[in-house]
Amino acid sequence: MLDIQKIRADFPILSQTVNGKPLVYFDNGATSQKPQVVIDAEVKYYQEINANIHRGVHTLSQLATDAYEVSRGKVQNHINAKHPHEVLFTSGTTHGINLVSNGFASILKSGDEVIVSSLEHHSNIVPWQMLCERTGAVLKVIPIDQNGELIISEFDALLSDKTKIVTVNHISNALGVINPIKYIIEKAHAVGAAVLIDGAQAVPHLKPDVQELDCDFYAFSGHKMCGPTGTGILYGKEEWLNKLPPYQGGGEMIKEVTFEKTTYADLPHKFEAGTPNIAGGIVLGTAIDYLNNIGFDKIHEYENELLEHATKRLSEIEGIRIYGNTKNKASVVSFNIDGIHPYDIGSIIDKLGIAVRTGHHCAQPIMNFFCIPGTIRASFSFYNTKEEIDLMVDAVKQAQTMLS
Amino acid sequence: MTIKEIQNEIIDEFSMFDDWMQRYEYIIELGKSLPLIKEEYKTDENLIKGCQSKVWLQGEQKDDKIVFTADSDAILTKGIIAILIRAFSNQKASDIINADTEFIDEIGLKEHLSATRANGLVSMIKNIKMYALAFDAKNKN
Repeated sequence: MLDIQKIRADFPILSQTVNGKPLVYFDNGATSQKPQVVIDAEVKYYQEINANIHRGVHTLSQLATDAYEVSRGKVQNHINAKHPHEVLFTSGTTHGINLVSNGFASILKSGDEVIVSSLEHHSNIVPWQMLCERTGAVLKVIPIDQNGELIISEFDALLSDKTKIVTVNHISNALGVINPIKYIIEKAHAVGAAVLIDGAQAVPHLKPDVQELDCDFYAFSGHKMCGPTGTGILYGKEEWLNKLPPYQGGGEMIKEVTFEKTTYADLPHKFEAGTPNIAGGIVLGTAIDYLNNIGFDKIHEYENELLEHATKRLSEIEGIRIYGNTKNKASVVSFNIDGIHPYDIGSIIDKLGIAVRTGHHCAQPIMNFFCIPGTIRASFSFYNTKEEIDLMVDAVKQAQTMLS
Repeated sequence: MTIKEIQNEIIDEFSMFDDWMQRYEYIIELGKSLPLIKEEYKTDENLIKGCQSKVWLQGEQKDDKIVFTADSDAILTKGIIAILIRAFSNQKASDIINADTEFIDEIGLKEHLSATRANGLVSMIKNIKMYALAFDAKNKN
């Protein structure tokens, strides 16, 4: 059992009031709040060891470099990557996906196919569209059904020897649906295609094992898992990272530079041009330690309780429709109330101290599929409580009364 | 009445409300009460897309004034549109160009005009001014 009150005390922001009401923060899918240890680690870095990494011979530079590489090792252990150099620091999931999609420009030929799914965030659609425009490759889309689940038979039918890469999210940001990525990876590999998993929404809730999944790439953001903004990780299998050309040129990523020819550094530095977000990278390790100290098994169990409670309580509301009705779901409830625009509900419950996300969640194809302008999305974290969910349900009911 | 006078009138009306809930209820009433735009003007051309809600805006010159009609798919947005239309419609182009929207802060609706809301209202005000600039330029020629 988690001691929620003790955990909540770790997050200073949770004790504040918004619009005169205690803050109920249910926008965890957009970004998570940060525990004091993470905030302290960021301060400590700048107070004690700030220096540029991988360059100076002086002590501070060495300390900063060591801390940065220790953090890389923590991420490696956390996701069970085979090698530390398969773990690239990025600015976030979007950066990671763009790094791969740009690299594939040198691999794809006209007529090759890229498969994405209807459940993707725009950041896992647009880079691939841009890639297809550049190369003449064709974008194929796995459709969803009314429950918000991928239609797997359609995915099977899309696969062929033309498929070069399949890119899907582990968990849908708009609906919370957990996708059958293990199956997708196996099937894609059977036709010789690579697979990228967008893990942005998964890493706050579970511990991915990239070797067990056997995915070729796994991208995620630090800020959704209690880490600082502007941090992220791209895991890539060594063979793939060696195959892809560098994404950005600059310092750090070179072996030797002359005007005739430049040779590139080994992994992971080949993909880490320029001075990175050093503090962020180090503190991401602190965030991962914090989550592992709580334990992902316990987090999973508790968040499931929150999801069940929220689904049950919200279902009491007349005219509610919940999108993403599947057993395999993260602690996210995306919903609408009959005849009421999500913006109106979101604006009113904000006045009551409830922070949810409204809109299309950067996933317009999903909204088009359901023929809706958007949804209200409540996404729960392990520091949320059932009492907070009850407050949200009351607030939604009050908004419904005002708006009907 | 001038734009400023109308704005002051709106500020007076809102000063009667004690809290946000009364203000919101009034805006919801405004949003519900009037058809703001003819269906035929709800075209893609007149559409301002926001991530949160959509706004349609249509402007027409009548004598030396501009008449605006607008609509939204969200009721709060629509209610605020009704207030903005009241202040800016049926006014001279030069007056619209020079007018500000600070009265929205004073009636406690500032957050709805923040760019992050992406509800189309910020773009709507911009487009109202663009209409005024265009009519003004046309009339000078």
